[in-house]
Amino acid sequence: MTTEAHVQHPNYVKIWAILVVLLVVSVLGSMTHIRDAVLIAAFGVAVIKAYLVAKNFMHVNVEKRWVPYLLVVCLLFIAILLAGVAPDVMKNSGENWNKNPSSQSAPSVAGAATKNE
Amino acid sequence: MSTEVQHAEPGIFQKYFLSTDHKMIAMQYLFTGMAMALIGGFFAYVFRMQLGFPNQHVPGYGLVTPGKYNALVTMHGSIMIFWVAMPVLIAAFGNFLIPLMVGCDDMAFPRINRLSYQIFLLSALVLLASFLVKGGPFGGAWTGYPPLSAVGAYNLTPIGATLWLLAVALEFIAFLLGGINFTVTTMNSRAPGMKMYDIPLVVWMIVLASVIFMCSVGPLIAGAVMLLFDQTMSTGFYDPTRGGDPLLWQHLFWFFGHPEVYVVLLPALGIVAEVVAVFARKKIFGYKTVLYTTWSVGFLSFVVWAHHQFVAGIDPRMANIFSITTLLISVPITEMVFLYIATLYGGSIHLDTPMLWGLAFIGEFMIGGVTGIFLGSSGTDIYLHDSYFVIAHFHYTFVPIAIIAVYAGLTFWYPKMFGRMLNETLGKIHFWGTVIPFNVIFIPLFITGTAGDQRRVYSYAQFAEQSRPALQHLRTTSTIALLFMLAFQFVFIFNFFWSLRRGKRADANPWRSSTLEWTVPSPPPHGNFAELPIVYRGPYEYGLPGCAEDFAPQNVPDAALAGRSRA
Amino acid sequence: MSAGAKPIANTRSGTGIPTARLITWWVIASEIVIFGGLLASYVMHRIGHPEWAESASHTNTWAGAFNTFVLLTSSLCAVLAHKAADAHDGPRAARLLRLTALGGLIFLTVKGFEWAADFREGFVLSSGGFWSFYYTLAGLHGLHVLAGMIIMLIIASEAAKNQEMQRVECIGLYWHFVDIVWIFLFPLLYIAR
Repeated sequence: MTTEAHVQHPNYVKIWAILVVLLVVSVLGSMTHIRDAVLIAAFGVAVIKAYLVAKNFMHVNVEKRWVPYLLVVCLLFIAILLAGVAPDVMKNSGENWNKNPSSQSAPSVAGAATKNE
Repeated sequence: MSTEVQHAEPGIFQKYFLSTDHKMIAMQYLFTGMAMALIGGFFAYVFRMQLGFPNQHVPGYGLVTPGKYNALVTMHGSIMIFWVAMPVLIAAFGNFLIPLMVGCDDMAFPRINRLSYQIFLLSALVLLASFLVKGGPFGGAWTGYPPLSAVGAYNLTPIGATLWLLAVALEFIAFLLGGINFTVTTMNSRAPGMKMYDIPLVVWMIVLASVIFMCSVGPLIAGAVMLLFDQTMSTGFYDPTRGGDPLLWQHLFWFFGHPEVYVVLLPALGIVAEVVAVFARKKIFGYKTVLYTTWSVGFLSFVVWAHHQFVAGIDPRMANIFSITTLLISVPITEMVFLYIATLYGGSIHLDTPMLWGLAFIGEFMIGGVTGIFLGSSGTDIYLHDSYFVIAHFHYTFVPIAIIAVYAGLTFWYPKMFGRMLNETLGKIHFWGTVIPFNVIFIPLFITGTAGDQRRVYSYAQFAEQSRPALQHLRTTSTIALLFMLAFQFVFIFNFFWSLRRGKRADANPWRSSTLEWTVPSPPPHGNFAELPIVYRGPYEYGLPGCAEDFAPQNVPDAALAGRSRA
Repeated sequence: MSAGAKPIANTRSGTGIPTARLITWWVIASEIVIFGGLLASYVMHRIGHPEWAESASHTNTWAGAFNTFVLLTSSLCAVLAHKAADAHDGPRAARLLRLTALGGLIFLTVKGFEWAADFREGFVLSSGGFWSFYYTLAGLHGLHVLAGMIIMLIIASEAAKNQEMQRVECIGLYWHFVDIVWIFLFPLLYIAR
């Protein structure tokens, strides 16, 4: 079956060059040791790189509309997961409580356990 | 357009083990699921005998020790959900029906289809293998909470625990592959003329179930990898002494676990929709509304999961939020039940066996649904959590889904699948012998649960404040009712296999249904359609004026309708 | 069904998207939730455990950056393969797909050396919270790279004979997705300390 070309092919090498420059920027940013610069450089660049790959290499923008919607909905579900779980997993203390992991490990059960037949 | 599939008649191995034909793969899933149901049902028999007649030798099994009890309830739950409900409702019915109902010759990717069954079979074998290892099968409950599930010294079934986890992971991969195949086939391979709203509801429901499954299982696959490493590689993902958090597993599990119940509910609703339309000779009331409510249920199912964790130590503010969303989700489900009732109203009701099962589904599921309200409200759940009230609630939803709706589908499509009719009298005996005992099993459990009986306890004899001897007659009644219900299943098994050879031969459309699978011979040949159909109308055109028959098949052009005589 | 004969179901296109590409998008959607779940779990733990920064400082940023460069370049090869397939030049598409797979091999080799060095310093899967997540995340990603390489080589051998050319784009889409996952893993594991 021959492929019906459904996309216009841009200059891919040019896109690649931009991606490499962005990579260099994120690495240089990480070397500055200013916390905010590092985080913005690293994650901001990551988002831009991902967008460039999705748009120019995967041609998501010329696909049927529901395709990017489906992918975004999947990301949305992960965001919902984060929102629901974060209060329990991320916080280690609050008003009147601390999540102090026990400093000893749990008592051994080898002797006390009923043999499992 | 005719299809000529040219190849030599296949040998037995090719036909039964290597087939890529969706109908054969459907049968593979169906029979595997039915075999696993026998095992899961046997386990229920054993542990209910322990609960009804505590600490006595169980005929056919022996004495139920605490460790064995834990393994029995764990395996019963895991098997019934992952190796019975899902393969039969989604994989068996989906595989058999989708290509036929959308009017094409097979799934879009038949070899991926075959691979998905092979992975599924492997998952079942891995689970069964766990029965034979040292320590026996996993006993940490189907929910597998760490640290119990992560540490062999706690669960006493370390090998079984890892095998269980691997089996579940393989099952997930099988259903991801299968579900994606169903979705692509339904989206792309439809007959010309079959628009989105001409697709039969059971196909929509199976596809939506597959999509919900796909979107929810990812985090649990990640969580399962982490649990596997905790079990085998000394990591501490869920170990609070090492920076992990057991609550993380609970969240990952239930983020999947709640949508999962809708993953099994939707195909059941779809089956009942088909049966109700055919046996009331009436169009589904509000097809589009059914669809829109299903989409909203599908979305809402992703934001209710922590109602399983109200007393686990989650942030109380999240408990508020999840209570509200949980109560909200009952609205669209209730609306669907109303739509089915509205379909029945004014219809010409034929109480054949499939319809009896369909009506039973509606009534019994409603009881399950309303009892869920007490559990979805965090206040009452504080008392009811982990009691038998929960067990009774979810069996009033799961049994309609995995048993009642399955029987509705099997008795309805049996003629198409096997070319024979099931015996109606035996069918009705089986029906009453299942539904009446089912209620007698679980209504007492609502009562004992409200009184405080805790689940997952092998015997109350050791716990004075739990024992409530005054209620023992309820527990024993429940057990005896289960014995009756299990006995009546042999009526179905006999009917099923006897009718394969001796049942009345079925013609193409014994129920006078309008959907495409009834336009081909029973059973359908390889390639399904001698001439691939074109679709002219929706799937539920019953009771139309101006037609000689009381229904208009989807593939008959308007001009040809008037000339058809009553078959 | 004889091997290689496609059912009519495979050739229809109710959505306007060919079935091969349609199934690829659904596979990618399911992978988003798998990796998303694991990444979200890591992010929450990492934020809740600031003391993991010490462990995190031992990851080799240069290895990570080089590997990012390798994957970006291999994605370039993959999309050029798609362009060649659109031009019905099967042998060229096959060459470019094989170059892409080579990029994957370089990626995995560099990672192998990187991990060997980490093991020598005593950082293994069970060395603590950060390292457990690090190896699980990068390991799961590496498995996807390996699987992608294998499928890519199979598709390349068909494309070299001008067969099943529509699959060139599809494996490219999968590869770009694997690349995007790494685009996020790199800052998470190598830069954010």
